[in-house]
Amino acid sequence: MTRPVDADKDRSMELQKEMIAGMFDDLATAHEDGKKVVYTFVPGNLTELIRSFDLLPVLPEINALQSGMRKLSGGYITEAEKQGHSEDVCTYVKCDLGMLKKGNVGPTGKRLPEPDLLLLSYTGCFTFMKWFELLKQEYDCPVAMLHVPYQPDGKIHDHQREYIVKQMRTELIPKLEQVSGKKYDEDRLKEMLAKSAKAEDDLVHVLESAKNRPSPIDAYFGGVYYIGPMFTAFRGSDQGLEYYRLLREEVDARVAAGLGPVTPDGTMTKEKFRLVVEGPPNWTSFREFWKMFYEEDAVVVASSYTKVGGLYDRGFRHDPARPLESLADYCLGCYTNLGLPSRVELLEEYVKEYEADGFMINSVKSCNSFSAGQLLILRQIEERTGIPGGFIESDLVDPRYFSAANIKNRIESYLQMLEQKRGAGVGA
Amino acid sequence: MRPALKTLVDRVTFLYEDLDFTAVKEWKERTGGKAVGYMPIYVPREIIHAAGMLPVGVLGGGEGLEIIRGDAYFQSYICHIPRSTVELALSGRLDCMDGMLFPSICDVIRNLSGMWNMMFPDRYVRYIDVPQNYDPEVGGSFWRREIAELRADMGRIAGREISDDDIRNSIKVYNENRAALDDLYAARSRTPWVYPIAELYLVLRAGCLLPPEEHTALIREYLELAPQESDRKDKDHSRVVIVGSFCEQPPVGLLQTLERAGCWIVGDDLILGLRWLLRDVDTEGDPITALSDAFLVHSTEAASRYEPGNAKGSQLIASVRDNDAEGVIFCAPSFCDPALLDQPMLVTALDKAGIPHTQFKFSEDTGQFAVIREQAGTFSDSIRLWSEV
Ligand code: SF4
Ligand code: SF4
Repeated sequence: MTRPVDADKDRSMELQKEMIAGMFDDLATAHEDGKKVVYTFVPGNLTELIRSFDLLPVLPEINALQSGMRKLSGGYITEAEKQGHSEDVCTYVKCDLGMLKKGNVGPTGKRLPEPDLLLLSYTGCFTFMKWFELLKQEYDCPVAMLHVPYQPDGKIHDHQREYIVKQMRTELIPKLEQVSGKKYDEDRLKEMLAKSAKAEDDLVHVLESAKNRPSPIDAYFGGVYYIGPMFTAFRGSDQGLEYYRLLREEVDARVAAGLGPVTPDGTMTKEKFRLVVEGPPNWTSFREFWKMFYEEDAVVVASSYTKVGGLYDRGFRHDPARPLESLADYCLGCYTNLGLPSRVELLEEYVKEYEADGFMINSVKSCNSFSAGQLLILRQIEERTGIPGGFIESDLVDPRYFSAANIKNRIESYLQMLEQKRGAGVGA
Repeated sequence: MRPALKTLVDRVTFLYEDLDFTAVKEWKERTGGKAVGYMPIYVPREIIHAAGMLPVGVLGGGEGLEIIRGDAYFQSYICHIPRSTVELALSGRLDCMDGMLFPSICDVIRNLSGMWNMMFPDRYVRYIDVPQNYDPEVGGSFWRREIAELRADMGRIAGREISDDDIRNSIKVYNENRAALDDLYAARSRTPWVYPIAELYLVLRAGCLLPPEEHTALIREYLELAPQESDRKDKDHSRVVIVGSFCEQPPVGLLQTLERAGCWIVGDDLILGLRWLLRDVDTEGDPITALSDAFLVHSTEAASRYEPGNAKGSQLIASVRDNDAEGVIFCAPSFCDPALLDQPMLVTALDKAGIPHTQFKFSEDTGQFAVIREQAGTFSDSIRLWSEV
């Protein structure tokens, strides 16, 4: 059940919209304004470092997901497939390449600038490497490769950190200097990292507010908005700081008032199911997908997707005292860079800490990094927590793989099963 | 076929078809040594060998394995090799492995290493993370450290210290194996009708199961025996290079189909891990550095490896030229991200070089080859016509 949306407009939401629109505006005129741009990825992104050179980051994954939300991705993917890209591979890549072939008009209708540097930060996914090798063929610009080793045992080893820091010093920073024409300024980087850490505190506070009953946030569908500025271009900026300060205040106010999460149809007034969700959402039918949950009074209290750009809730903070080392630790610790056992442990802890009634996986066809192994994750969580798991399949931005009726059916049956299991009519 | 060759072919056929790893078990019994399995593609086998153990390439279940439980672990849109490998393990067939190595090749194999940890908690599992930075001081220092850890682990499993000389000796053994494989491929390229693709493949594949010394001897023997078959005659076939089969393997029947359809396969990336290094590894000095340097500088071009310059596809084109091939067949497993994402880049390079190509996908358990036969036949005809113009 929900109550109308008008009363619930949050200032933070407005601010985020302004920030994102401003970012795309800046990008549209970047080259005219004499600014240089760096294409890079969300997991393990080095926003502070890039910005410390006054360079602007462009995140192709964000463009792809935005294209998905704006119903443009289907056409882009078809375009890429027409150009010879396999139907089997990650649709983020095809969406991006299709967009490029169709004039590189960004999600807000403005043209994106060509990259001055491709920063291939290879964190948690092999496809990233192929993606930028493909882009490399399209643009005449330097490429910096940052290889982030995997964490099979969930532990950061010194030689892994050293490897990344060395790559920053010998490969990345020289290229950033060359492209920007500026010298590496560690003091500036440190200032930014201090701001990041402060905003990260606030983000964690917001994510952990879902431990309340009712939860004041949806930590998956709502969560993707909350992580937006942090995972993209605003970490380490004043705008980012301000956004998270505001968001934290709003969430605290919701907790004090005993309110549930805001959805596109207003505030949820009933919390019947508390779920933990693994896997990315579908973007092409994002609202419809979300509605399938809130219509059933199901709220997501914790999700792994909101950790692809860092596990801040497990204590990691960017640290001005060890700037490059903490950036390295950040890269290493992103969710999909962790071994499966660590992922299972984390999800198990979420189910317990957030007192979830259910655990659900949205398995996306595109993403082997997330999806390979998810059926085992499901079994492990069931065994370890004693709660049954639900499994649905869709895709990120390929509308051909979102079968609404089927998914709705699965979600409903799953929730019915949870309800039967705990005895009819028991809600929070 | 003469008896000696028949015996050899029967042996490699048995090795290929035997999903119970009998040869590995027999080796263990005979020597009292241990066996360590590795998934495709590259691991420094020298380190396993230096510990007196048998490195065993585990390339999935192929066409002969019925998948009973493996499918329950993977969604339909994930390639076939992880499910057949899980099937092999759950059915006890991999119990003879005293450890499993999962090299850095794609997210599927990477995640499979974690699955192994959870499914078989008592067994040794290691993820082999190879560097994508080729500076000896940067990627090299990381890789040397990884190899050193592997060395320590292998020593522990074998129950003995691995000395530098042990590794140097193993480097020599593998250098000899590489030289034999090079000779085999050169001979095949010169006179493909003398070395039918199925034989070539099975001889190559035996390298996953046999100790390298034995494998080298087997290759040498095959190189002597095959030319003695007087009925092996040249045919009006076209010459092609196949690419994309570096991990999950096409069924032998598929390779034979290509040959029967009129294509001599004169270059390929089948079981690429056995042929990953393009040169001999240095046998002097620090052996870990030698292995590391060989990887950094002399690795083959592969989809799982970052290509820093703008030379993508240059090795493929060189292989076409060096082998006098007329075309390329992209032959990748369905849902194989590295191969399929690489493909458009290689296509661009081939188009620029004016080299014709065609493509299809397979699964290791594909049983129907009619469509592929037709496609390969048409391709072969067209490039022959094309080259006559
Ligand atoms: S495979 Fe997954 S993590 Fe990698 S680019 Fe695609 S969606 Fe992103
Ligand atoms: S076949 Fe391709 S996707 Fe599958 S495990 Fe091998 S490299 Fe990875």
